[in-house]
Amino acid sequence: MIEKPVKVLVAKIGLDGHDRGAKVIARALKDAGMEVVYTGIRQTPEQVVLSAIEEDVDVIGVSILSGAHVHHIKRLMELLEKEGANDIPVVVGGTIPIPDVDKLKEMGVKEVFLPGTSLKYIVDVVRRLAKERSSVGGHN
Amino acid sequence: MEDIIELFEEARKGKLRAIGRLLTVVENSSIEVLKLLEHVSSDSGRAQVIGVTGIPGAGKSTLISRLIGEYRSRGYKVAVVAIDPSSPISQGSLMGDRLRMQQFATDRGVFIRSISTRGLKGGLSIASLSIIEVFDALGYDKIIVETVGVGQSDVDIMNAAHTIVVVTMPGAGDDIQALKAGVMEIGNVYVINKSDKPEASKTFEYLKFSLDKGDIGFFEPDWVPRIVKTSAIMGQGIRELADVLEEHWDHIRSKGLLREKLASRRMLLSRLLLERVFSDSLQESLRDIDGAIKEMILDGRKYRVVTSMVARRAIEKMLVKVSNLEN
Amino acid sequence: MPRLFRDEEIEKIEENLERWEKETLPKSLKRFPERMEKFTTLSDIEVDRVYTPAHIKDFDYWEKLGLPGEYPYTRGIHASMYRGRLWTMRMFSGFGGPEETNKRLKFLISHGETGLSLAFDYPTLVGIDSDDPMARGEVGIVGVAVDTLRDMEIIFDGINMGEVTTNMTINPPAPVLLSMYVAVAEKQGVPYERIGGTTQNDPLKEFIAQKSYVFPPEPAVKIAMDLIEWSVKNLPKWNPISISGYHIREAGSDAVQELAFTIADGIEYVRQLISRGLDVDSFAHRLSFFWDAHINFFEEIAKFRAARRMWAKIMKEWFNAKKERSLWMRFHTQTAGVSLTAQQPWNNIVRTAIEALAAVLGGTQSLHTNSFDEPFRVPSEFAAKIALRTQQIIAYETGVADTVDPLAGSYYVEWLTDEIEERAWKYIDRIERLGGMLEAVKKGFPQRELTETSYKFQRDVDEGRKFIVGVNIFVDEDVDEIRNVPLLDFNQEEIEKRQIERLKMIKSIRNKEKVESALAELERAASRGENIMPYVLSAVKAYATLGEIMGSLKRVYGVYVEPPIY
Repeated sequence: MIEKPVKVLVAKIGLDGHDRGAKVIARALKDAGMEVVYTGIRQTPEQVVLSAIEEDVDVIGVSILSGAHVHHIKRLMELLEKEGANDIPVVVGGTIPIPDVDKLKEMGVKEVFLPGTSLKYIVDVVRRLAKERSSVGGHN
Repeated sequence: MEDIIELFEEARKGKLRAIGRLLTVVENSSIEVLKLLEHVSSDSGRAQVIGVTGIPGAGKSTLISRLIGEYRSRGYKVAVVAIDPSSPISQGSLMGDRLRMQQFATDRGVFIRSISTRGLKGGLSIASLSIIEVFDALGYDKIIVETVGVGQSDVDIMNAAHTIVVVTMPGAGDDIQALKAGVMEIGNVYVINKSDKPEASKTFEYLKFSLDKGDIGFFEPDWVPRIVKTSAIMGQGIRELADVLEEHWDHIRSKGLLREKLASRRMLLSRLLLERVFSDSLQESLRDIDGAIKEMILDGRKYRVVTSMVARRAIEKMLVKVSNLEN
Repeated sequence: MPRLFRDEEIEKIEENLERWEKETLPKSLKRFPERMEKFTTLSDIEVDRVYTPAHIKDFDYWEKLGLPGEYPYTRGIHASMYRGRLWTMRMFSGFGGPEETNKRLKFLISHGETGLSLAFDYPTLVGIDSDDPMARGEVGIVGVAVDTLRDMEIIFDGINMGEVTTNMTINPPAPVLLSMYVAVAEKQGVPYERIGGTTQNDPLKEFIAQKSYVFPPEPAVKIAMDLIEWSVKNLPKWNPISISGYHIREAGSDAVQELAFTIADGIEYVRQLISRGLDVDSFAHRLSFFWDAHINFFEEIAKFRAARRMWAKIMKEWFNAKKERSLWMRFHTQTAGVSLTAQQPWNNIVRTAIEALAAVLGGTQSLHTNSFDEPFRVPSEFAAKIALRTQQIIAYETGVADTVDPLAGSYYVEWLTDEIEERAWKYIDRIERLGGMLEAVKKGFPQRELTETSYKFQRDVDEGRKFIVGVNIFVDEDVDEIRNVPLLDFNQEEIEKRQIERLKMIKSIRNKEKVESALAELERAASRGENIMPYVLSAVKAYATLGEIMGSLKRVYGVYVEPPIY
């Protein structure tokens, strides 16, 4: 049987429409052989958590360029916990000040990608997180 | 591997996380679904499976989104299987169909799952048919399957559906050739979406004529294919569409077609699963013996002996695998 | 055809070039091999080693350039350009609540800013109120929150609206915000003839790039045209639209696509307005444009010059515009936000200065310079001041504004101007064949082109074909520098709370019947296909909220959900 591809949710939470980064990354993940579910813009943390659960993804990637990242990610992490899905690793990208990077990581975000991060690095991180999870969680 | 029956019982309690995981199990390791079918067969087979296909750009996803809304207002639980093609090069895929349905992401009476074709022959049919079984067993009333529109898997999926909806739009219907591709010529219901466009009535006439003439349309006894005009973006014609789909569902049930349909769906799945078991073991035994074959070929001798030996081994392996299924 | 260069001169140059390539060049290449196999602009236009008249041998001065203030306006729309009046230094600003923004505007005015520019927060940009569940955590972050007329009254408290001009970066809710502006000006006693400024009001680029859309493409364009029609009839000094390439570029296009898609947007709008029965000369002079100034210096200058020439030609030859001002492409420019880096953020000051210089050499009418801290957050006062000072240094110290279009006649710049123009025309042809930009957008054509270009660019950076200092070349490992950037700090939660409370208060004291009847009238007018502007203005004056007004329109026009285009 062929190895199951890594499945990733790429989501834009909040009201900003800057989807250039999210789309470029979705495309890079696809080209790296992953299954990428793209939610589109203007998503709420609730929508993202439940979509991730329905799709049973290995990694959640959130892009936020509205400056409201702390508020939205806090909510996202709370909901993941509530739904028993906090084993799904979360990565965040966007215009994020360094002090906020620390805050996001304290909330449990695995990695924060600032502008200028290479696609290769992002692909590698996502693949590693998916792999770690499948070996630890015992799923599949 | 998680135990599929345990996972199913969790899922039956309405735990979304368990449903999501269950679908992954059947999507990837579909032989398990047979075990599940035995576990649930007495109380499944109740959902209406609706296959939605159509020409690209006709607004299938938006239409499905509207239909979900209509079904929810009628109290139904709805499941959606959205299928996207995967890249032949990387095997990766971008699955954007649920983008149009995200307003229902937080509605726990709606479950949307995207799957990719993964370039596997027959694999998609197994995955989607298995997922249909799971949704059915979990008590979803309406299971909508949105397909890519071409290929054998589409034919399989459509054969498993109770009702086939073909979506077209003004302008496009003028070229009936477009509708004759793949499964689009076997619709029970034809939708002209974007019918707020001025050319809509012309398309309607054209489509009606083609149906009357028998160029397209799936003709069952007592059901003449229907045409519904909608504007998904404005939410028009959706109630009528849902009504027609209900009518077709009544038709299927009243004619006693339901059991027949269920049996053929499960037979197809079983057959595909067995085919996979056979082909997996065949591949395996062929791999085992690759070296030996190569040597023989290089020697230029004993072709017939090798071939029959491979065949025997492969069959033995299959037998072991198949008998393992019983446990 | 009158050509600038004589045949025998071109021949001589070509012969000498050939000789030079054989004799002089190899010696040099031997000592200093070239840094790259191929040199390209940011838009992948291949750049030659050296430019001579032979590269533009058919150059016709009068067809290509003319004199400043004369057709085809390549050299500028005014005869003496910045020798008379400098460009308007218009800094995009606004954050928090109306109070904070009022203070910031007054601060900028006191530092010599000559035009105001309002940034709105995301809930306002997409037409929802601060108390909407979707607005949680977003109120007041990227701009000022506006829910009702009351907020606009506070923003302009103590600022004479008859003496300033205000740019409002607002799209689907533009009719509402313009109505609020007009209503406050009216209260200040400013006559309609003196109300000046700009509403961005450019719906097509929302679908292509900015993604603050609300309504589907057709009604979105219809509403925007309502605003323009109403404005040209009532507000003679208002620029009702700013046809924007900026967002298209920021969303990942190259310079050619920015130019072509934006001009194609403009063509669509002109056609729409003419089909309403308007005479082209009754509105063309009120159309304005908005460009990005990116980091590839000469390419940007060439783009601005080509843009003016193309627009003049289109207005004259396609639309038969008669008035001189109808042929002018007046434009605002902003330095490229995407060129700023989070790494080594102080370098952004330098990038912005170079980009601003390109905009000035390209003949912009107004300019916004980004602040170095914008990869992180909306700018601090400190950073915004440096950005404004950057423009002032260019204006008062460098001397680049002392003569008109100083780069004209540069063989390279003229060649590049022609090249960009030619490539842009090809795109415009393709869009015309698709049925114009509205149809092209509905088919996803420009959206797809952008995704391709942005993906390619990112891979070029990743794989070292294009360079960004601090990102893929001259990288610092140490990030303390970033940590120490002083950022604007404000209590967002406090502002959000205050904004919601004010909204609640307004809702409780306004005349409820008046609001309801104004909204019902608006909905009826929209259903009948009438121009919505007068009805929006009445609703605004009755203190209907932004969300309520947009809600009435959504019921009539529907809401857009983007198709998946990668």
